Amino acid sequence: MTETLLRARNVRKNYGHVEVLKGVSLTVKPGEVMCLLGPSGSGKSTFLRCINHLERIDGGRIEVGGELVGYARRHGKIFEMNPREVSRQRRGIGMVFQRFNLFPHMTALENIMAAPVGVKKVEREAAKARAYELLERVGLSHVAGHYPAQLSGGQQQRVAIARALAMDPELLLFDEPTSALDPELVGDVLDVMRQLAADGMTMIVVTHEIGFARSVADTVVFMDGGVVVEAGSPAEVIGNPQNPRTVAFLNSVM
Amino acid sequence: MSKLAPAVTAPGAVDTDVNTDDDVVAVPLRHPWRWVVAGVLVLALAGLVTSMWTNPNIEHSTIATYLFNPKIINGVGLSLLVTVIAMLVSTVLGVLLAVMRLSKNPVMNAFAWLYVWVFRGTPLLIQIVFWGYLGLLYSQISLGVPFTDFTIFSVDTNTLVPAFVAGLLALTLNQAAYSAEIIRSGMLSVDPGQHEAAASLGMSPSYTLFKVVLPQAMRVIIPPMGNETISMLKQTSLLSVIAVLELYTVATQISSQNLRQVELLLVVSAWYLFLTSVLSVPQYYLERHYGRGTAAHAPSLLSRIQSRIMQRTKR
Repeated sequence: MTETLLRARNVRKNYGHVEVLKGVSLTVKPGEVMCLLGPSGSGKSTFLRCINHLERIDGGRIEVGGELVGYARRHGKIFEMNPREVSRQRRGIGMVFQRFNLFPHMTALENIMAAPVGVKKVEREAAKARAYELLERVGLSHVAGHYPAQLSGGQQQRVAIARALAMDPELLLFDEPTSALDPELVGDVLDVMRQLAADGMTMIVVTHEIGFARSVADTVVFMDGGVVVEAGSPAEVIGNPQNPRTVAFLNSVM
Repeated sequence: MSKLAPAVTAPGAVDTDVNTDDDVVAVPLRHPWRWVVAGVLVLALAGLVTSMWTNPNIEHSTIATYLFNPKIINGVGLSLLVTVIAMLVSTVLGVLLAVMRLSKNPVMNAFAWLYVWVFRGTPLLIQIVFWGYLGLLYSQISLGVPFTDFTIFSVDTNTLVPAFVAGLLALTLNQAAYSAEIIRSGMLSVDPGQHEAAASLGMSPSYTLFKVVLPQAMRVIIPPMGNETISMLKQTSLLSVIAVLELYTVATQISSQNLRQVELLLVVSAWYLFLTSVLSVPQYYLERHYGRGTAAHAPSLLSRIQSRIMQRTKR
């Protein structure tokens, strides 16, 4: 597989006068696991949110599966997408958030079923069976009827992963998935992610878990100040960092 | 996942066997002043009731006669009907206005702002009179193209908008402005992360609104809307200025003939009090429904009262 699933070229983003992304370029191949590392404020979460158009980019371009994110090509011109087209595009890109963002008024099962039934118009019974299957996969079939408030942080995050998987995305984005968890719950979530990676899911993970990045990632990207400072295999970036900023960051977190 | 280590009895470890000998047996804290204040209040209330009961200016038989008078009952029905229709329609309008006000579309945003500004900024009483006297302002209402002679149809205003419809319009349009602000505050109370989660799953803006945002906003919206419903019931009495035959209008019509104003006001008050009490019951159940997932499931109203009594008798 030599094709490219995600291609970001010279992506720029500013909030007012503050430039958060100053030209980020990177590519992700199908089945690849990429970990984005970097100090807070380095723009890694912002970049992740640009990939599924939760944030509008101010320059450059992002393509997922050969399609421009947020824009449509028609008759040789590029048009801004309307909300309906953006929604359709996002179905192929799952996202897992730092604060889980489960729907609190729905049970774990309903959370997973909501999008397949409401967006993809999957038959209720089929969606339910699939939701049970996914809960099983993240080890939580026994809490199907629980509301998010009745689950631990780690369980909520695993339900959130199952919810994202229910839409059969070709790309899964993780925005610091373990940062809001109690230390003893981090392992369960990382185990699920490790399994997903082994199953061939294409993942971009913003994380501070250096150990996870080292053992699971195919590519590690170190960002600082809105630019990619260093990118390569875990052995290169984590094992033998070249840039002094990467060295300083790794020393501070390990 | 690691299993919990079995409990070990070691110095300083928690004693696992339950021994009631260690329980503190204490006299509960006494509240003598509660009894004193309660006594004073009961005495004052008894005095007030007696003075009303023995007052020669109040004819109690009149109250009894008119409490279930058919005209009064019709008035009660009409007040209730106006309340229910006005609340239902104004809530729908309120959701629409709230969504418009929160949208990024500047035209919708400005329209919603202007609507709330006008209808919240002028007295309800004046709005009622205005709709009641619409016929004086426009004797004919016609549908056509403005600034041309082309009309599709034209009706006499007083036929299209009789007093009842005018009153209903006035209360509904006014209430929509208030409801819009309540609903908007409810929608703003929903965590922005919910919008992002819905968006990342490919949910459309309207699906997100109805399935994700509004059900969560309901928790915040319902208590003030309960207030508004009770307020609306009492505001229907303002429709007496345009002679809608609701409860208060009927009562004043009767008292203008038999000159028993106080008695009929007492009859009317009793009905309003009864209706507002009844209207608070659905609120409890709505709150319980939309509160699911946020706390341990709340008990039903009846079982809650039962457990209160049980607690009392146990002590």
